[in-house]
Amino acid sequence: MKLTLRVWRQKNAEAEGAMSTYEVDGISTDMSFLEMLDTLNEELILKGEDPVAFDHDCREGICGACSLVINGDAHGPERTTTCQLHMRSFEDGDTIDIEPWRASAFPVIKDLVVDRSAFDRIIQAGGYITAPTGAAPEAHATPVPKPDADLAFEHAECIGCGACVAACPNGAAMLFTSAKVNHLNVLPQGAPERETRVLDMVAQMDEEGFGGCTLTGECATACPKGIPLMSITSMNKEWLRATRKAKR
Amino acid sequence: MALATRTDRRPSFARTVWDSTVGKKTVMAVSGLIMLLYLVVHMIGNLKIFFGAGDFNHYAHWLRTVGEPFMHYEWTLWIIRVVLVVAVVAHAVSAYQLSRRDIKARPSKYVHKKPRASYATRTMRWGGVILGLFIVWHLLDLTTGTVHAGGFQEGRPYQNVVDTFSTWYGNVIYIVAMLAVGLHIRHGFWSAAQTLGAGSRTRDRALKATANVLALLLTAGFIAVPVGVMTGVVS
Amino acid sequence: MTYPDYTAYTTGEPVADAKAPSGPVAERWDTRRFEAKLVNPANRRKHTVIVVGTGLAGGSAGATLAEQGYHVVQFCYQDSPRRAHSIAAQGGINAAKNYRNDGDSIHRLFYDTVKGGDFRARESNVHRLAQISVEIIDQCVAQGVPFAREYGGLLDTRSFGGVQVSRTFYARGQTGQQLLLGAYQALSRQIAAGNVEMHPRTEMLDLIVVDGRARGIVARDLITGRISTYFADAVVLASGGYGNVFYLSTNAMNSNATAVWRAHRRGAYFANPCFTQIHPTCIPRTGDHQSKLTLMSESLRNDGRIWVPKAKGDTRPPHQIPEDERDYYLERIYPSFGNLVPRDIASRAAKNVCDEGRGVGPGGQGVYLDFADAIRRMGREAVEAKYGNLFDMYQRITDEDPYQVPMRIYPAVHYTMGGLWVDYDLQTTIPGLFAIGEANFSDHGANRLGASALMQGLADGYFVLPATINDYLARNPHHEPVTDDHPAVQEVLAETEDRLNLLLAVDGDRTPDSFHRELGELMWEFCGMARTDAGLRKALERIPQIRDEFWRRIKVPGTGEEFNQSLEKANRVVDYLELAELMCLDALHRTESCGGHFREESQTPDGEAARKDDEFAYAAAWEFTGTGEAPTLHKEDLVFEYVHPTQRSYA
Repeated sequence: MKLTLRVWRQKNAEAEGAMSTYEVDGISTDMSFLEMLDTLNEELILKGEDPVAFDHDCREGICGACSLVINGDAHGPERTTTCQLHMRSFEDGDTIDIEPWRASAFPVIKDLVVDRSAFDRIIQAGGYITAPTGAAPEAHATPVPKPDADLAFEHAECIGCGACVAACPNGAAMLFTSAKVNHLNVLPQGAPERETRVLDMVAQMDEEGFGGCTLTGECATACPKGIPLMSITSMNKEWLRATRKAKR
Repeated sequence: MALATRTDRRPSFARTVWDSTVGKKTVMAVSGLIMLLYLVVHMIGNLKIFFGAGDFNHYAHWLRTVGEPFMHYEWTLWIIRVVLVVAVVAHAVSAYQLSRRDIKARPSKYVHKKPRASYATRTMRWGGVILGLFIVWHLLDLTTGTVHAGGFQEGRPYQNVVDTFSTWYGNVIYIVAMLAVGLHIRHGFWSAAQTLGAGSRTRDRALKATANVLALLLTAGFIAVPVGVMTGVVS
Repeated sequence: MTYPDYTAYTTGEPVADAKAPSGPVAERWDTRRFEAKLVNPANRRKHTVIVVGTGLAGGSAGATLAEQGYHVVQFCYQDSPRRAHSIAAQGGINAAKNYRNDGDSIHRLFYDTVKGGDFRARESNVHRLAQISVEIIDQCVAQGVPFAREYGGLLDTRSFGGVQVSRTFYARGQTGQQLLLGAYQALSRQIAAGNVEMHPRTEMLDLIVVDGRARGIVARDLITGRISTYFADAVVLASGGYGNVFYLSTNAMNSNATAVWRAHRRGAYFANPCFTQIHPTCIPRTGDHQSKLTLMSESLRNDGRIWVPKAKGDTRPPHQIPEDERDYYLERIYPSFGNLVPRDIASRAAKNVCDEGRGVGPGGQGVYLDFADAIRRMGREAVEAKYGNLFDMYQRITDEDPYQVPMRIYPAVHYTMGGLWVDYDLQTTIPGLFAIGEANFSDHGANRLGASALMQGLADGYFVLPATINDYLARNPHHEPVTDDHPAVQEVLAETEDRLNLLLAVDGDRTPDSFHRELGELMWEFCGMARTDAGLRKALERIPQIRDEFWRRIKVPGTGEEFNQSLEKANRVVDYLELAELMCLDALHRTESCGGHFREESQTPDGEAARKDDEFAYAAAWEFTGTGEAPTLHKEDLVFEYVHPTQRSYA
């Protein structure tokens, strides 16, 4: 395959960025999208040019590092992560636009690499269960109904890639935040911090400069792990409950 | 030791709600539902116009005497008006602030543009602005009579309505606004349910269907009046 | 060009684990914990501990040390601690809970692990691991890890990797992810509390040793390129394994060996580097562009049947090959275990049939894993419920529907049992330097059992290290702080800067990846699934040449004072080029076959691995002497008091 790539190039956080055009040839349909970019980078290095910087690590769809907006879609046309997207999803001769996640809470570091530490701070605000090592009771002391355990798992699948923010026209982080709130709030172990968790995480989310939710559903469409839009509804419910119940 | 206990005091309920994006959305949802309820009542009242001037004018007069003798003349109406103004202002201010925030959260657009989300979703902001302007015109036209075409007659709403819809622009403004109302309700009702946490996987289809039915009924019900005037059913 | 003879290693003093108490194996951990000195809780915040890595071991250690009151300074090269590669572990985590009442016990897990490791692990460590396994499950459940549950609300377990009891706890195919997020969340709580100073996108480039003790690290901020020093009272390496020496492996692209290798260069012994695990069920490579390999859970072997055509070069599509022309070779050779033989055996058997020319798929590097029988027996729905996510993953990568066409699998490098030599306290030969998780060599011997890596990482991080590091800190209070002015620090800093500057200055004509790929292919061929004296010698001849070429022809664009992924990569390849040499030497010197290390010269008449217990019942700990120079071997004799070595038999 022969492709034309239009890639966002930006030297560093302060620099102005722009789209640059590159031609790549000899692309196999079995390549992953990132292997296609590897091919481009190998050529650029040999030419003495700066290779395109992009985040990637596990390349098996679980670490959440990869983060490209491909032809306007976070993670590209398939419902998966960029690393699991293969070139067979494209046609020979295609022009492909590659851009970084765009949100003011995710500033660009270089080219296609963005700073997602805002997500870490949302988790730090309350996305945990306080269970110091060694203090745990016997695992079977508290049975968890299977439907609850399954629901918790479904939300715990979030890989924190940020596609939801990238896809949202408002740059909102509601889907990410709700995934963690729901994961922990549905479990009996998470109950003691149920109210503080959702209040603190939502407050942190707002503080980071993410936008508000207008329920466009773009986040859930882009989510490679299929976290449903209904998670946001559940978090809203938790939040309203918490504002009523939280001890002041 | 690291097992710190939370000691900071939480802000008040009102503060928490107003300072949070989720809270402001709640304000929008509640105020929106109040307005929606009002629209349903308003539309049913409007349809009385098809039963003739007597019925319609009588109904309009009744609106001023509801609750008597406990309430004085027009008291109930004024309470409703105050609630509505509060709802409109809260809805608009929240919407404005949230929109500002949303635009700030996504300062640079993608180079590769793609149509996203449904039409109703994308038109919420502009639809809201159109509706706000419409409400102003609507009040000046049929409540105060300031910009009314033909002689505005206090206490003669039937004639006033017929006057308004006898002008082409009256019909255009009204019908466009009612279509905007339909779209706004279609996304707004479902959205409010999500914001208030009333949505669920099992209920989602029912909620969406309710939103569509409500939007359709209200739009059709409201548009029936100018159509009635235009076709001469109401004159 | 002539190179020094790397194979002319000398054997030095034996190395002994002085920390494991004597007495009954089941009491040793309690004894050690009681004998260990403690640090007064009020004094702990005065002690700084550096933790490198945020995987299961590092994340859990950082969180726990901070909970205890220590000041933790933690590093990861990823943009967030949540992305460490532990996240990719699929199968599960073992624990001797015996919830099934199927005869499991701590002793059985201990026994299985020692036996599974082919009698090259330390009994004391393994027993401790089995003991702690029970606490890990409790801890993780309390943190909200959503393990699979049964309808009664209790935890579900399954049998894994051919073990006869159901002791593996799991969270669908994403157990590693869920356990890691648990540790990450615990760590996040401590970051928010100000007890952990987290440095993401910061890579350790060297270790600072002052007066014989580990006192800090040199690290590079990957965004700004700034090289800084960080000082502490103890340093913990939780930087994972070195599987990426092979270029293609199931490790993450950026997983690397720099932290452990630099520590080795500074005096920490490296033990059993040749013990690498090749996982049998990975998706085969599709071409030269391949950047990494993807593993599919071994649980697939529970219901899938592995076969190749009986005839060489049979290129018919699988459904056209009749039943009697198929060779279900694992079932044929190992009738009692069949498709569930241990990983090393399954991997080697696949290699053998492919070497015979009976492999399938592009390049003949693959065997079929067929679910046709399972679908017939259990129905498509049941297969889907059990393996649906794995099938989806396979289809996404290969574009083939495994419900219709048999999967193709091939072995790939997956885990490295070797690592920094540590004593019972997980301390390396440099006082104050600890190694935990895959970075150390301790618990898996020559072969790791399925679902044991997660167990070991969390055991080390949550329970072992936090108990043993106290003892070191209590006995070694550092009164004088180290600063950048110290000559030892100056020297390390200068060396690091010189190395990076040199990489940038060569301005040659080959990319870092091209060297990495060349080295990887060499290692896979000669130090992969089957090793020979001649092959290893060939590799040992080639590696110095590649290294030499590397320093003449490497091309790294850009500068060191910016975000520069080529520079990161090139610097990692520098260390692979040295570590690979040690792996080959270790493989050459160990003329027996054991676990993941198969020497063709040492096999039983039926082609099974033949151990030589009288010669090689030791852990080989290597001491660094200089780049390309023959290292010194220190042997740690392994004593088996409880599990007596027998030749493994899975026939």
